[in-house]
Amino acid sequence: MTVNKPSSSPKRALGKKRSALLTGCAATVLLTVSACGGGTAATTDKDGFAQAPQKDGALTVWVDATRMDAAKLYQRQHPDVKMHIVSYDGDANGSNYLQTKVQLFNRTHKGWPDVVFSSQNNEASWAVDAGFAAPLNKGLIPDATLGGFAKGANDVCTVNGKLYCLRNDLSQAVLWYNAPLLKQFGYTAPTTWEEYQQLGEKVASEHPGYLVGDAGDSFAPEIYLWASKCGANHITGPKAVSVNTTSEACTKMAKLMDVLIKNKSMSITGVFSTDFGKNKAKKVLLMPGPAWFGGAVFRDTFKTPAKQIAAAPIPQWQGDSATSTGNVGGGTWLLSQHSTHIKAATDFLKWVTTDNAYQGGKAPGYPAYAPAAEVWLKGQDTSGYFASDLSALKTASSQVWSEWGSGQFSQEAIWAATVKPGITQGKSIESLLPAWQDSIVKYAKSNGYKVSP
Amino acid sequence: MTLTRSSAGSTTRRSRGGSRQSRAGVAFVAGYVVLLIAFGILPTGYAVYFAFTDAGGTFSGFSNFITTAQDFRFMDAVGHVALYLLFWLVSLVVFVVGLSLLLHRISSGTVSKSLRFFYYIPGALAGAASVLVWLFMLDPSVSPVSSLLGTLGFHTFGEVIAPGNLALLFTIIAFWTGAGGWIVVMYGALNNIPKDVMEAARIDGANAWQTAWRVQIPMLRKWIVYMVILAFAAGAQLFVEPQLLSLASVGVAGRDYSLNQLTYDFAFQMNNINGAAAVSVELLVVSVSVAGVFVARSGFFDAD
Repeated sequence: MTVNKPSSSPKRALGKKRSALLTGCAATVLLTVSACGGGTAATTDKDGFAQAPQKDGALTVWVDATRMDAAKLYQRQHPDVKMHIVSYDGDANGSNYLQTKVQLFNRTHKGWPDVVFSSQNNEASWAVDAGFAAPLNKGLIPDATLGGFAKGANDVCTVNGKLYCLRNDLSQAVLWYNAPLLKQFGYTAPTTWEEYQQLGEKVASEHPGYLVGDAGDSFAPEIYLWASKCGANHITGPKAVSVNTTSEACTKMAKLMDVLIKNKSMSITGVFSTDFGKNKAKKVLLMPGPAWFGGAVFRDTFKTPAKQIAAAPIPQWQGDSATSTGNVGGGTWLLSQHSTHIKAATDFLKWVTTDNAYQGGKAPGYPAYAPAAEVWLKGQDTSGYFASDLSALKTASSQVWSEWGSGQFSQEAIWAATVKPGITQGKSIESLLPAWQDSIVKYAKSNGYKVSP
Repeated sequence: MTLTRSSAGSTTRRSRGGSRQSRAGVAFVAGYVVLLIAFGILPTGYAVYFAFTDAGGTFSGFSNFITTAQDFRFMDAVGHVALYLLFWLVSLVVFVVGLSLLLHRISSGTVSKSLRFFYYIPGALAGAASVLVWLFMLDPSVSPVSSLLGTLGFHTFGEVIAPGNLALLFTIIAFWTGAGGWIVVMYGALNNIPKDVMEAARIDGANAWQTAWRVQIPMLRKWIVYMVILAFAAGAQLFVEPQLLSLASVGVAGRDYSLNQLTYDFAFQMNNINGAAAVSVELLVVSVSVAGVFVARSGFFDAD
């Protein structure tokens, strides 16, 4: 009996297993497909955009490690607000994390944070196209509040007259210097780029090894060439850019840098590199750099002792009619169009960008909101770290040359990939300017920009 | 009768045993099949769908392939990956086979076991962690082999990661990370060569080189082909090494060095998911074609 029967039973069993397997596969397919779908509920046009139905629930805020203090302070001061604070890289070094996630959330129709901080100031350039950023000057943030931001601070957030983010901090470049060392060497802080070059040549011959600047970072063009009014990155429209890296404004700064790089008074390794920290941090006499260099570079990275570092205005070319400086970064806060907690999100956004509790008292960078910046400057003076007051930062805050924009393509990445390897190989920056131009034009076109000279 | 009963009983046991084995086999395979469908076949189908449609889901023929191929970075990325694959595959075949043969010749059990263990350690590190280890190794200011780097003329991290050095650097990183596992696999394959074949070669007067070249390597052929197919597919998808090096060097190493980085850039920087899918499909087609050629030429599936 047993001998005659075995064949039929396994067949049935196999049939069942096949069915189970097919059911499992079908379930997987359904799960996968349903994960990719999503519903869209009715929206209400308000404050200049279509708002999702508002709900109770936790406010989701994405911040980087540095801004975590801000979110936690807000939570302590507003215990009634339910918050879900998420730590992410803040798009540091142009990691594109936020953009990547938003692209995915746009496909799954869920997951967007209500408010997000980014250390990059070109987020609006894609976040508007991606339908992520909500306009803020059409009812959400009062004009009186917006009027308190430093002149031009929110230009990077403005697209076609609508404001899509709020600037957290300004990153205007000034001339940082080691006051006791400068005095010891018998020098004074240069006020023109010509004097700056002469001082660099003097330092190279009289105090070899000491530095008057650093051109090793990917943001070097934003410190030197932007301040020289080099028209490498003039965003003339939402998808239009003017690029001219071989004008006199560019070549004269490139030549200056070439001289100082050649005599080694200007370093070509970045300030955050291990080489700089180990071998050069104690040799900095002068260093043009953004506002955040004072705390983030000299105090926290180089561990330069108190009462040494001071700030002077960035040098100008002799005969230059308008004072100009560059800018390196400066964070922004964005509010999601998809937020279902817009009131709570707006309250947080206003607080985090304007309130003295954070911006005036605890923010590490120069606040973009002018009244908070006043308080912040007083706090820096009383902290006793700097060897001078930081009024140079206040002056520079309105002197950032406005013809260098924040496009969708990364100027820093282009400089790093195109010019920096050449400098490392001993090529002059002046000789690399045409290659830089070529690369900017290619990246701009690839990102859909119309390019003009 | 006894014989008949015995036979019937044996068949029943075999049948029950066979049924259990069959169930176990199906259970094992089913898990794999479900995962293969969910994370292999469906995403691949989805990518192919994206590659031949536009952002609105309309069929667009080969336009995504043409658009991405015309991007100024595409041919550079193809060149970079091709050069890397050349270095990576040649070094893998030469050194893995060479080291495996050497390992096999070492008669001392302890030395052989220790070496196999050391070869395997780097492979146990996750890909990203291995690259991070190398970021320290390649920075002369913190590297334990900084004097060696200095002797070679490298005094700063920037000099080490010059664009011309990248293909070689990625090969070294990939070899250090992945070759150990393959050496262990090849060692196992060498152990499977029948002892009488090796004995016959020895009696015929073959020296170590002749034994390796005429007996062992031909008998390793299928394993070598298997290694090359997998290494080609993995190498063509080069991503972690340049991406991490790019972040560590703040862009000097390039964020669009490899085709996979370019794919990532299309998808998440330029919001062109369809273009990204087109490049991914191209990589798939190339990898599958190369695997097909190797399998066909090597008689991979021929019975011995």
